[in-house]
Amino acid sequence: MNEPLEHETAVPGAPVLEARAVSKGWPGVVALDAVSFDLALGEVHALVGENGAGKSTLIKVMTGVHPPDAGEVRYRGAKVAFSGPREAQGAGVSTIFQEVNLVPLMSVAQNIFLGREPRGRLGLVDTGRMERDAAQLLERYGVHVDPSLPLRALGVGVQQMVAIARAISIDVRVVIMDEPTSSLEPREVEILFGTIKSLREQGVGIVYVSHKLDELFRICDRVTVLRDGKLVHTGAVAELTRIRLVALMLGREVAEVRDRGVTEFGDGHAAIGGEPVIEARGLRRRHVLHDISLSIRPGEVVGLGGLLGAGRSEVAKALAGAQPLDGGEVFVEGRPVKSGSPPAAIRAGVAMIPEDRKVEGIIPHLSVRENIVLAALPRLSRGGLVSEKAQDELVETFMKRLRIKASSPRQPVGELSGGNQQKVLLARWLCLSPKVLILDEPTRGIDVGAKAEVQSLIDELAGQGLGVLLISSELEEVLEGSDSVVVLREGSVVDVLRGDDVAEAPLMAALAGGQEHADG
Amino acid sequence: MADTTAVSRPGVRTAAPAWVRDGGVYVALLALVLVNLVLTDNFVTLTNLRTQLVQVAPVMVVALGMALVIGTEGIDLSVGSVMAIAAAVIPLWLGYGPLPAIAIAIVAGAACGLVNGGLVAFAGVQPIVATLALLVAGRGLALVLADGQLKDIRNPTLLALGEDSAAGIPILVIMAAAAALVLAFVMRRSTFGRHVVAVGGNRTAAFLAGLPVKRTLVTVYVISGVLAAIAGIMQTARLQASDPSAIGVLIELSAITAVVVGGTPLSGGKVRILGTLAGALLIQLIRSTLISNNVPDSTAQMVLAAIIVLAVAIQRREAVR
Repeated sequence: MNEPLEHETAVPGAPVLEARAVSKGWPGVVALDAVSFDLALGEVHALVGENGAGKSTLIKVMTGVHPPDAGEVRYRGAKVAFSGPREAQGAGVSTIFQEVNLVPLMSVAQNIFLGREPRGRLGLVDTGRMERDAAQLLERYGVHVDPSLPLRALGVGVQQMVAIARAISIDVRVVIMDEPTSSLEPREVEILFGTIKSLREQGVGIVYVSHKLDELFRICDRVTVLRDGKLVHTGAVAELTRIRLVALMLGREVAEVRDRGVTEFGDGHAAIGGEPVIEARGLRRRHVLHDISLSIRPGEVVGLGGLLGAGRSEVAKALAGAQPLDGGEVFVEGRPVKSGSPPAAIRAGVAMIPEDRKVEGIIPHLSVRENIVLAALPRLSRGGLVSEKAQDELVETFMKRLRIKASSPRQPVGELSGGNQQKVLLARWLCLSPKVLILDEPTRGIDVGAKAEVQSLIDELAGQGLGVLLISSELEEVLEGSDSVVVLREGSVVDVLRGDDVAEAPLMAALAGGQEHADG
Repeated sequence: MADTTAVSRPGVRTAAPAWVRDGGVYVALLALVLVNLVLTDNFVTLTNLRTQLVQVAPVMVVALGMALVIGTEGIDLSVGSVMAIAAAVIPLWLGYGPLPAIAIAIVAGAACGLVNGGLVAFAGVQPIVATLALLVAGRGLALVLADGQLKDIRNPTLLALGEDSAAGIPILVIMAAAAALVLAFVMRRSTFGRHVVAVGGNRTAAFLAGLPVKRTLVTVYVISGVLAAIAGIMQTARLQASDPSAIGVLIELSAITAVVVGGTPLSGGKVRILGTLAGALLIQLIRSTLISNNVPDSTAQMVLAAIIVLAVAIQRREAVR
């Protein structure tokens, strides 16, 4: 179905793009530690790993966005140092980034031929020919759109297909796809897979980044797993089971049984009881959440399990009123809460500590005091004026209770350590006396001492009758901190673990999905 | 609690120390006065001080509104045109008396702010684009309202506003000081003040904390519009004429400069009221120093441009920290 693209007669199996012992870091961060990767012509090579594993950095090093600190990138057998994605593309390495990076106001045809428009006489752009060519190209991938339409008039999925058409309309040897299906409809995914197959038959090498295990097992030949900037596995997909792949991504042995007591969590919460304090029914959002229902009782800690991109943070935000929904309802103590409104959720008694402390949590210029009282302003003020006395009392209470270390309540929060910033956020929400506390990665990036403090605080709060939803990419934290675990995969609830099932093997089996079970 | 050992200061500290950022404008102001003591005859006198303050008062009022807008990570380019609309409205309503005319002018300013704020908060238009639209359209509207003509103002109340003093202080200066005091109090003590810096400092965090982000944005643009209208009234009273084609032209640049030089970062999250007043005064004094030393106004403008660049550069360093 696809016209053969011009390429050299490929020697199947010969590496076309290769990273040899590449290291890359920034002050205080090692993003890649001597990682090697090779891509053969005519193969689809999956690149997987959890947050911070180094996938994006590896792609950026290979396409010249970042120069490597050590090691080398080789392309077609020679060492290369691309000056950037543009030069890489000129040489035949095309990247389709996660965020569609096209020009929304230009037409479909202009986007596809951007920078290499067909010229007519006088050197002017031959718009007619460009649009005919574009239409033809898109037809081949089953996309029927008017190429003269501005790109932004199209849906995200079609935009993604245009990006792909653009990438492979150039004479390519390597295509790098970073989560290409995240905004595609199932029908479009099928078209994409067809395209990938025909590219492979033409001898093009494809690097495929995705969190969706189903896709990896369907279309990829080999898989490379990164974790914390290190290479942990490279091999044929056919030799792996799903659960083995998940174990590699998370850094676990399938059969490994861990002793309890790695974290500061106690042994479960005796005082769970009564009606759910919060309940979600059928939360839906296109491409993100599919019919999510869950409930938390007072005193219960419910863990939310799932791989990167499974929709954990979106569920957290939905409960806190901060995620736009297409459908579904949230009830707090049996009463429905207006969706899409953080103030309504806060008034109902829901508090959320977001995943990214710096981007969504703290306000760095403002003082510790002003950060703590931010959400409590309505109850600390009368006639629009803040009561300094009530404010200072509240701040003092919580700085003591959570042992927040700052030179004074007036110190800007941006100057505190990560752990103390996190405690400031906890104080912001605890001073509202919430009924439900949603914690999205509450211990990420904070030091060991603060981590232990936060963990025992979660236990203490549950003991006082709060309902807690806990998200953590650290398995121990979820397993030891939670009374039950709701497992998400690709935006759906796939399993709920209770009692003795709140353990590593069942969780990993649920994360991996499919029919397999851990035999360890 | 005074334990500071666990306090980390991530990143590299670069050149500009905090006092340059926060206090630089006052030091510059002091230095300028000292230079003039030596250089310029009759500069540091009470009469000249009065003249300078009366001239700068409308700029200060506009700059105060601008400081709030910039504090939310926005910008208001339409202030000059809003001044023109206010000026154009006054002669139309002066027949009903000075107070109704002033009230209508202020309402017109609030309406302009509502348009800007609505575009920014609800339509999601970038502040620079939203207010640029009104910068262009507002001046046109003012000219239509005024029939494109300069009109003399002979109303005694308005003339008194521009000329008279109370307790030796020009009324225009008192108005600017009052506006500054009110805003300083609002920023320090009110929940709205907290909302402004929170929305400017981290809009996502403010939204997640349940703050009324959109209402806050609309309100700052309305305040900016009202203050611009007041500045238009002040300027009209001072010039004793309503001149919608010339009033407030390029005042947005002076106001933005005053705000930035005064230590309010363009990236939002901080509002310095006193610094903004000092910034406006500094610009005024630099310009008049240069002019009274026979430097042409065009050169003075280049010096101002250099000052903006310097002030922004000092703040960039902070952002990098």
